Amino acid sequence: MDIPKDYKFTKTHEWVKVEGDVVTIGISDFAQAELGDITYLELPPVGQSINKADPLGVVESVKAASDVYSPVSGEIVEENSNVIDAPELVNSSPYDDAWLVKIRISDPSQLEELMDSGAYSKLVAESGGH
Amino acid sequence: MKRTALAEKHEQLGARMVDFAGWYMPVQYSGIIEEHKTVRSTAGLFDLGHMGQVEVTGNDALAFLNYIGSNDISGLEPGAAIYSLMLNPNGGVIDDIIIYRHPSGVGYFVVINASNTDKDVAWLQEQAAKRDDLDVNVNHISESTGMIAIQGPNAAEIVTKLSSVDLNDMSHFSMRETTIAGVECLAGRTGYTGEDGWEFYFPVDQCATVWDALMSAGDDLGIKPIGLGARDTLRLEARMPLYGNEMDDETNPYDAGLGWAVKLDRDDFVGRDALVAAREQGINRRTVGFKMVERGGVPRSHYEVQVDGKQVGYVTSGTASPTLGENIGLAIIDKAYAGAGKPLDIMIRGKAVKAEQMKMPFYKRGA
Repeated sequence: MDIPKDYKFTKTHEWVKVEGDVVTIGISDFAQAELGDITYLELPPVGQSINKADPLGVVESVKAASDVYSPVSGEIVEENSNVIDAPELVNSSPYDDAWLVKIRISDPSQLEELMDSGAYSKLVAESGGH
Repeated sequence: MKRTALAEKHEQLGARMVDFAGWYMPVQYSGIIEEHKTVRSTAGLFDLGHMGQVEVTGNDALAFLNYIGSNDISGLEPGAAIYSLMLNPNGGVIDDIIIYRHPSGVGYFVVINASNTDKDVAWLQEQAAKRDDLDVNVNHISESTGMIAIQGPNAAEIVTKLSSVDLNDMSHFSMRETTIAGVECLAGRTGYTGEDGWEFYFPVDQCATVWDALMSAGDDLGIKPIGLGARDTLRLEARMPLYGNEMDDETNPYDAGLGWAVKLDRDDFVGRDALVAAREQGINRRTVGFKMVERGGVPRSHYEVQVDGKQVGYVTSGTASPTLGENIGLAIIDKAYAGAGKPLDIMIRGKAVKAEQMKMPFYKRGA
């Protein structure tokens, strides 16, 4: 189970990479493995404002549709059109090619509420991940 | 959770295990799409130890199964199989079943859904007790019976290496006695994937022997273990109905597109009066297949179906089809809107997404 050291994580298995006031968001290796083959993604349009913990989009696998939740509040400044065209990237490259959106954060203090990789590793282990 | 005799093997194979109808079962090993394609291109092995089996014997076993089933089994020769529905008095479906006439000619072997086993066995025993005019015994043999299926274009070549008798000249929907790797089996040439294949029934303590022998014999022919996830996408492409999706206790067989498994023109059977009345009132719903023609997501069970903004039905099953590369589904809709090529809107997360009805099945072997 791949859990990059320099990323932050949510309890709902999104990852966050922080670069200044813009964060990149995706779903974790654990989440993609749990979901299985990803076949469809629905993401919010650029320019939309979003609140922390609100549904950010939908990831559909062969089995089911699952919500992705926004780890922070802010404005969507970019979405990854490559992953919309090729949702299977979420399975093959969850932390790199399959980033979902970039958000300009409105409240940097929210970043402190996210888990570091150590805390997330523990959560995954408790969820039965290996 | 109940475990099949192969549960440990699935864990060793790295399967993702889930609770399925109270059973600890593999949903996938390598991934649903890959497993699905394996069954379509080479061969797949399925642990079906969770499914239920009942033996029906006695001088009136035939009359009894005709009484509790929608289909007419009177013409069933030894070693032949038939699909039937157990109905409640309202004409709703208790379960869909496969009835095999034992190859010896003595008695019947009935296969029932894992999720319905307790309900079905209780129902059958209750009906048998009520019909004390009939000489019939209902023996629940699920716990002592192992069940493994092999499906795919290479299935015949694989089983031929292991079977004591020729299984390859069996017709579809038939049963024969054989041994597989020395284990005495009943072999049914049936399946739930749209491919050629067999379902083997044998003493439950022989599960590992049969599984390992089939895996070894199929090793150079591309055999892989297949989980319940791919079983569902395979059966949906082949338009095989699933209990709880296409049919349930509230849905009559005509609405579910299973009228072909109902033979009204014979003596009384449970649910017959209700179905006669339903036909007199007119069958106003159809089960149709569709594919999405607009991006917007995968159709799922219970999603609303609309035409011109009006609800005309609901989705019973849907998935991303690995063979077609399209999002597909089945829906029960008002008859007036049914027809290959006709449009439907599927309500996905509050949005109407365009779909088009297709001829069924979505996938047909050799087509």
